[in-house]
Amino acid sequence: MSTRSSQSRATSGPPTAWRRLPVHAVRVVLALFFAFPVVFMLVSSFKPDQQIFGDLSGPRAFLPVGDLSLTNYTAVFERVPALRFLLNSLAISATTVVLGIVVNSLAAFALSRMRWPGRKLLLTLIIATLIVPFETFALPLVWWVNELPWLELNGFGLTLTEGWLDTYRVQVLPFVAHGFSIFLFHQYFQSIPKELDEAALIDGAGWFGIYRRIVMPLSGPAIATVAILTFLPAWNSYLWPLMVVQQEELRPVMVGIQYFFQLNPSWGEIMAYSSMITVPVLALFLAFQRSFINSIASSGVKG
Amino acid sequence: MTAAVPLRARLRRAHSTTQTGARRREGIIAVGMAAPAVLLLFVFVVIPIGLAFVLAFTSARLVSPTPARFVGLRNFAMLAEDPVFLRSVLNTFVFAAVVVPLQAGVALGLALLINARFRGTDFFRTVYFIPVVTSMVVVSIVWTLLYQKDGLLNRVIEAVTFGQVEGPDWLNDPSTSLAAIVFMSVWQGAGFHMIIWLAGLQTIPADLYEAASIDGVSRWTRFRYVTWPGLRATRTFVLITITIAAFSLFTQVNVMTQGGPLDSTTTVVYQAVRSGYQQQQTAYASAISLVFFVLVLIVSLVQRYLTREKD
Repeated sequence: MSTRSSQSRATSGPPTAWRRLPVHAVRVVLALFFAFPVVFMLVSSFKPDQQIFGDLSGPRAFLPVGDLSLTNYTAVFERVPALRFLLNSLAISATTVVLGIVVNSLAAFALSRMRWPGRKLLLTLIIATLIVPFETFALPLVWWVNELPWLELNGFGLTLTEGWLDTYRVQVLPFVAHGFSIFLFHQYFQSIPKELDEAALIDGAGWFGIYRRIVMPLSGPAIATVAILTFLPAWNSYLWPLMVVQQEELRPVMVGIQYFFQLNPSWGEIMAYSSMITVPVLALFLAFQRSFINSIASSGVKG
Repeated sequence: MTAAVPLRARLRRAHSTTQTGARRREGIIAVGMAAPAVLLLFVFVVIPIGLAFVLAFTSARLVSPTPARFVGLRNFAMLAEDPVFLRSVLNTFVFAAVVVPLQAGVALGLALLINARFRGTDFFRTVYFIPVVTSMVVVSIVWTLLYQKDGLLNRVIEAVTFGQVEGPDWLNDPSTSLAAIVFMSVWQGAGFHMIIWLAGLQTIPADLYEAASIDGVSRWTRFRYVTWPGLRATRTFVLITITIAAFSLFTQVNVMTQGGPLDSTTTVVYQAVRSGYQQQQTAYASAISLVFFVLVLIVSLVQRYLTREKD
């Protein structure tokens, strides 16, 4: 990706400390503005309700002081199967990410490195699917998945069942193939010299071997980008599971917390639950910041 | 990226003219590799889009003993006379009209603020980005607490005005509810587009800035004649993505207000979900979805036209 070599240009002439001070003050104020609700959430999750509201009029609202405990956290687990929801989301996001990487990179490999009739048209059609927002076809899709058949493996063999509502697969499969992931892999694969393929073919390697042993190992950044851009919406997924999942045991975290919110629990418990499902993503973000930022930046390239 | 294409093509041609069998094999393997993605996109994107166009003209329900039948434009005629739907279209337009310039502007401001080289660039970028990695459901829940009558926001308003101004009950007052959702949405989304703007800023050649600084122009002139024209492609992308996101407004409304009070926050997508899922009227919801799609398409095309290359 782009380096930061050109960043010095925004300051003209020798910047002096006093000239930079007001700008820096603006930066700090904005940092407080963007961070305060998250800090407030984390801090409040350890406080009893009375103290949350008591602390509101001062800076104590953002400080871990007073009567701190894990009571809110244990209360969440007593009220709802929060752990189950977390594991559901983890399983759903992880499966979507892994399948998404494999399925989309395979398609991109065929489209960018192999010669066959119709591949250019197919790539155009795949990119064209990105024009239509999910909200346009979400409701017809609910109707459609309710009609879809599925082969079920039971004790005696295969049986044909109908309807995908209330399953894990309905939360995963519609989001595996994605035009943008294919596009990203395609762009990245184009930058890997095709002479590598030629050499490997002469050495007797198969196409799948080239994909697995040459192209994919060289595509770390593209894989990271697709992983992040698939993981975030999968973990945050809300509208879709709200409509297709009724059973409590299959609920993902975002639907789980919204139902919890409607039970009118204490604010401390709500903040505890919110923190639980936010901290893992925040930690991932802080650990892989550069990859996160790069993947978001790369989502702008198609414009 | 596309360097050495002629050489590569020539090599490949020389290598493969004698191998029609290998070529055919290559084609079969390629189709096999593309098949899973193509199949999934077909089943979960192409067919549902087609269904939106078909179901909107039928009487389909989510679960129904009687098969759906063709009803012509009936669903659209009903939509045109549904005051709640019309209100949702108005709200959606108002929301988009405010959020799009506001979020794009705030994001550009943030990008310009941290584009300079100084100690702590990464720190500020990270902090501004935190709301983006926080899910909209969690953001909506936390802000519901902040927006309470006796919540943090009103305490701050009280403190800075020395008790002169009493804050409203933001989410339960029809005159402030949509504004409250606008403010929170911009807070959540600005960091995302800051990154896109930053990527755009990096593409502006540094020598243009050097020329400007030799000429000794003001900051504003430099922005007006170097930065702004250099961001044209980025601008179109930012505007269109925020517009689509704004038109898709659903989560905030569903968590915070359920469309209320007095339908002041109901939106097109919220209405589609209400009728299609809660009331199981798939056909009516498909009609709403189609209207939604047409609106998004028109607005995107207009924006693309307005921000087109003028030369």
